Amino acid sequence: MVETLFKPGHTACAGCGQAIAARLVIDAAGKNTMVANGTGCLEVFSTKYPESSWGVPWIHSLFENCSAVASGVEAGLKYLGKKDSINVIAQAGDGGTADIGLQAISGMFERGHDVLYVCYDNEAYMNTGVQRSGLTPTLSNTTTSPSGSASLGNPRPKKPMPEIAAAHGIPYVATASVGYPQDIQRKVKKALSIKGPKYIQIHVPCPLGWRHESRMTFDVAKLAVETGLYPIFEYDNGKLIPRKITAIKPVEEYLKYQGRFKHLMKDPEAIKEMQAIADNNIKKYGLSATV
Amino acid sequence: MKQFIEGSHAVAEIIKLCRPGVVSAYPITPQTHIVEDLALMVANKELNAQFVNVESEHSAASVVLGGESTGVRSYTATSSQGLLLMAEVVFNIAGLRLPLVMTTANRAISAPINIWNDQQDVMTVRDSGWVLLFAETNQEAVDLHVQAYKLAEDKRVMLPVMVNMDGFILTHGMEVLDMPSQKEVDKFLPPYKTTYKLDVENPLTMGYLADPDYYLEIRYMVQDTHKQLLDIIPQVADDFKKAFKRGEGNGLVEGYKIEDADQVFVAMGSVCGSIRDVVDDLRAKGKKAGLLKVISYRPFPKACVASALARAKEVAVIDKSISLGAFGPLYTDVMVAVSSLGSEMPKMSGFVLGLGGRDITKRSIMDTYERLFGKQVDCEFIGLKQELLVEDK
Amino acid sequence: MVGHLTSKPGSSTANKTGSWRTEAKPKFLKKNCIACKMCVLICPEGIISGEGKNTFYCDYAYCKGCGNCAAVCPKKDIEMVKE
Repeated sequence: MVETLFKPGHTACAGCGQAIAARLVIDAAGKNTMVANGTGCLEVFSTKYPESSWGVPWIHSLFENCSAVASGVEAGLKYLGKKDSINVIAQAGDGGTADIGLQAISGMFERGHDVLYVCYDNEAYMNTGVQRSGLTPTLSNTTTSPSGSASLGNPRPKKPMPEIAAAHGIPYVATASVGYPQDIQRKVKKALSIKGPKYIQIHVPCPLGWRHESRMTFDVAKLAVETGLYPIFEYDNGKLIPRKITAIKPVEEYLKYQGRFKHLMKDPEAIKEMQAIADNNIKKYGLSATV
Repeated sequence: MKQFIEGSHAVAEIIKLCRPGVVSAYPITPQTHIVEDLALMVANKELNAQFVNVESEHSAASVVLGGESTGVRSYTATSSQGLLLMAEVVFNIAGLRLPLVMTTANRAISAPINIWNDQQDVMTVRDSGWVLLFAETNQEAVDLHVQAYKLAEDKRVMLPVMVNMDGFILTHGMEVLDMPSQKEVDKFLPPYKTTYKLDVENPLTMGYLADPDYYLEIRYMVQDTHKQLLDIIPQVADDFKKAFKRGEGNGLVEGYKIEDADQVFVAMGSVCGSIRDVVDDLRAKGKKAGLLKVISYRPFPKACVASALARAKEVAVIDKSISLGAFGPLYTDVMVAVSSLGSEMPKMSGFVLGLGGRDITKRSIMDTYERLFGKQVDCEFIGLKQELLVEDK
Repeated sequence: MVGHLTSKPGSSTANKTGSWRTEAKPKFLKKNCIACKMCVLICPEGIISGEGKNTFYCDYAYCKGCGNCAAVCPKKDIEMVKE
């Protein structure tokens, strides 16, 4: 069997982007790592008693408190004099991060705990059946932001979590994507080499919630980056380092594979709005390799 | 060593002697003096602990949950709204079987906001699986904290313990207390050692998902542990008595002039002190009154309570909280206990006193006594100001 | 009784998710493989192994048949074939 700290037999949907990212993260972190996991798909599909996929010490408490639990784990390790040799990761989904968990994350950042926080961003509450979260993108169709005769779906842009994290003055913030697996692992290793609080937000397609074919997970993730809709960058001690895009694609290339954006495809105005978001990202983060 | 000391300060002192490695703190009246004192002890290197100032009680509980999960003895304290905010975590800590000890400085619940004492806060987590102990005096509060860690960390138990002490009445009260030495506490309470922890050498998964095939049994085992605690608590109380040469009762309940009593008050916490005075007054008048103090509310010592009340003619259960729409929680539990007495069951009356810090005077306790002989009541508020019971204009 | 406190590390391997597959499974053609390991990295189950060129294979006991390995292969050296 393959050497990994995240074993198969878990019950993630076929093609689950979060399962891919979770394994990449923990394998990059290595066995001297403790994980505090928030409630969500990942916790549910990887720890159904009496089985567990995890090869590292792992604890789940509640939906919104993984960063506070991780703070306590870090404090315990400090008391034991073991913190220098052991990584602590707090991880949760986008709802557990940007919505219900935000206060506890802010507390953890502000207190300066030596913890890496990983947000698996599949852009809605998938575990409960695709409800809108603070990280659901503009005009996405979810079960609580449905498109209809008077609505085009989620009316609001994604909450700027990486900037919120960076505003705490923490040493390292990054976004990443399942479309770039080596980049995820590089960033996890880099983050863990830095003392203090770190934040990595990983774009993880959800075939069920985004309504794309399960074989498209990798391609969809990559297209989100190539269109500029999911900018990949680092804030290294506050300094922006973007991942440049060599051939920027129009947003339709990304949207057309996903049921959650299907209602936009016959609406040129809506596509224009989505393109404007991508264009703004490209400008804001300096994503274009040719400019 | 005898010391004239504030209740909160005494709790902080005894917690220091229990050597916690992780302490989390979030301010709320009337608990705050405890964590302030602990912060100062850490600042002065009197206590070697990680002191974590959190952004809410939810995180205060979550941080010590995390600390305990690394096998490190941990501590926090709260009150009132703080306990309600952390309620979700409180249930979770018990379900995770983490042997945390927490102090609750009991206080009323909003609205209307009220910082004064009653015992409504703890009742919101009554069903959480925590062991709930109630102190009558600051000496008892000190002593219960040492026993609390001993109980919680017992391999047969592995459940969190909450020591309840009435806010202000105890936390801010000054008394002469017998404070144990570090040596005495160390001897009674050895370092916490467990294999149930996060450990890179033995990477276990804690806090899994249990489906309907497992959940029922896992919950049953918590209930089963509480049943065993009815034997374990008296053992620990007995060990404590031997080691520290003090302590009344069997760790579960304590009787005062109850052996031949015809009328018995049942109560928890500091109100028992006032009730003792009333019992003495009644005895001086030739009335056979007595007190049954409940120390362990969870587990609820059903058999002890029933046998203690078996020969009583009338019983007054004093609640400092209420399950609105029903009865006082202690009254409900005592009723279940005495129901086992069948036709020997005393005449039971339930009273609610002292909500939101309303003084419980000897007069108000006498009120309950006098009502034992009239129409039977199950949830009678004592001391209501009739002139305030009017509609808002 | 304290009971069921923890799950053992990696014990999910008892759950053979290969039974989920209904339509297709990956076939490693082993002709044009350049050992880029993208299939290894992208597999949601983490069940693809191999070292050198044309040596890669997967554990069908767990493969859910999602097809991302075939989609990611830059040399089209993995094919989804009918069960």
